[in-house]
Amino acid sequence: MSPIVELDGVRRTFPGPPPVEAVRDATLRVDEGDYVAVVGPSGSGKSTLLSIIGCLDRPTGGRYTLTGVDVAELSDGELAALRGRRIGFVFQAFHLLQHRTALENVEIGMLYNGTSRRERRELARAALERVGLAHRLDFPPTKLSGGEQQRVAIARAIAPRPSLLLCDEPTGNLDSKTSASILELFDELQADGLTLMVVTHDPDVSRHARRIVEIVDGVLSEAA
Amino acid sequence: MRRRNRDVGRSRLSWRDLASEAIAGLLARPSRTALTILGTVLGITALVATLGIARTAGSQIVGQFDLLQATSVTVENRTEGFFGSGRQISRIPWDAEARLTRLNGVVAAGTITRVDTEGALVRSVPINDPLGQSEFAIDVYAVSPGLFEAVGARLTTGRFFDAGHDERRDPVAVLGPAAARRLDITRVDQQPAIFVGDTTLVVVGILDDVRREPVLLDAVIVPNGTARSLFRLQAPAKVAIRTELGAARLIGEQAPIALEPNDPASLRVIVPPEPRAVQEAVESDVNTLFLVLGAVALLVGAIGIANVTLVSVLERVGEIGLRRAVGAARRHIAAQFLAESAAMGLIGGIVGASAGVLVVVGVAAAQQWTPVLDLRVPLLAPAAGAVVGLVAGLYPSWRAASLEPVEALRSGM
Repeated sequence: MSPIVELDGVRRTFPGPPPVEAVRDATLRVDEGDYVAVVGPSGSGKSTLLSIIGCLDRPTGGRYTLTGVDVAELSDGELAALRGRRIGFVFQAFHLLQHRTALENVEIGMLYNGTSRRERRELARAALERVGLAHRLDFPPTKLSGGEQQRVAIARAIAPRPSLLLCDEPTGNLDSKTSASILELFDELQADGLTLMVVTHDPDVSRHARRIVEIVDGVLSEAA
Repeated sequence: MRRRNRDVGRSRLSWRDLASEAIAGLLARPSRTALTILGTVLGITALVATLGIARTAGSQIVGQFDLLQATSVTVENRTEGFFGSGRQISRIPWDAEARLTRLNGVVAAGTITRVDTEGALVRSVPINDPLGQSEFAIDVYAVSPGLFEAVGARLTTGRFFDAGHDERRDPVAVLGPAAARRLDITRVDQQPAIFVGDTTLVVVGILDDVRREPVLLDAVIVPNGTARSLFRLQAPAKVAIRTELGAARLIGEQAPIALEPNDPASLRVIVPPEPRAVQEAVESDVNTLFLVLGAVALLVGAIGIANVTLVSVLERVGEIGLRRAVGAARRHIAAQFLAESAAMGLIGGIVGASAGVLVVVGVAAAQQWTPVLDLRVPLLAPAAGAVVGLVAGLYPSWRAASLEPVEALRSGM
């Protein structure tokens, strides 16, 4: 198994005053095909850790390698390109463009990574079929239920075939029944070979994961 | 040292994708986009219409350009008081014709003066007709021989009198066509005589037409010398000059000096308006006011675009975060908002140019003018609109590009 994510003594300090150490000396390895839940109380540094792993933010110390690439060596633009090709994001707030159809929303996930228009359309269609929304291609998000909107967002994240699917409280805006169906989808995606990291404070979500990593006051520890 | 990582590559956005994203962004809020564009539309319309109407009106004046008028200069005695009713304060010399024809650029010149015959009637038969049916009140004009050429006179029959007649004070006359008809004179080969009061004149020619001084058409025209001896004419009243094309203004300056070197300002000179000067005057009058208005409207339009684009950036922070998360570099975010603002300016420019052309055509139609418009104006107007939009979008798109993705995503949608 080759490592997808390798954190080695990663720190993230926000300059003060007073300086805040959001992540302290984090070390973690996520292999291909893993399903990792990151749990912890709010304000514990979960989001900061997710931003670093998602290459939206850089560590202030230590070393972070994503699929063998050391992010410290990358320029701002290269970091953006890395996000576009290697990482799929699923957010609590879905982040769908309200005036575009489901299909167009999924295509935007591949707009900047060099995929041709035609390929984008095909991959987007396939991804929406994969999440069970083949009958909703031309619907705008406003005409979709919460669960369907999150499925569109998941389709957008998986369509470019990322190395890592990063989910930030993916069921935070959904009722328990809808949440269960989304978690089932995650299980299926993991079974397909996708690597997942889910940040959550919902025990129902973490129960689905293979590994659970806890973060408290910026300190990372793996639960047995 | 940082180097380009081959495993990573660069984010890309094709022009076509940029265009379709910008259009989708604008169509997401169609009424807001339309209202934003309105300012630019008004500005461009005002500019195009101003330039077009100025050019149309200017061409109208060029259309009235008249060769005869452009070569005609008239010098008159200035009189004291209003409406020329007062005393003459200057005197055109009798040798005005000789003085003026020496000037370079003068084709012909001659004096013309109405002769006061103290109410004498003109007749063509020597007897006194008690019924008065053969006597007519016809004006008598004294002219110098060169005047015939200066006013473009043509004869139906006979000849003009010349400098010899003038010097000898011969009692000869040339008749205007209307006067000849009234006096029932059609031929001059028998040297017909006419009588102005008790004075006998021999008719040597009959005019066909004149191009200036139409008073000559119904007049008895005699040489200056004849008028001085027979009618005690005191001084010439007016000089008509025909110049070379383009020399009118120059002659207009030189003629009074040649005629009255001691006090040239005492003579009144009438020169044709310089066609180009008139055109430019009209264009600049119309232009300065409306170009300023158009520029102000365009500035307001630009501020409108800047304002709405900035609001749009603030509203779409979540979208910006999402685009950054899926791989958009800062330049792609900037490009998207710049493209949207430039597209608004471009559309405003196209609509404004069309409306401006319609205004020009409408005004021209109402005035029965020929609409004239520099082709570059409607072609450059959309470009000007796009530039306005682009400039207006600079600050908002810089703001959008400088957002940190983490912050942008946190703000939600």
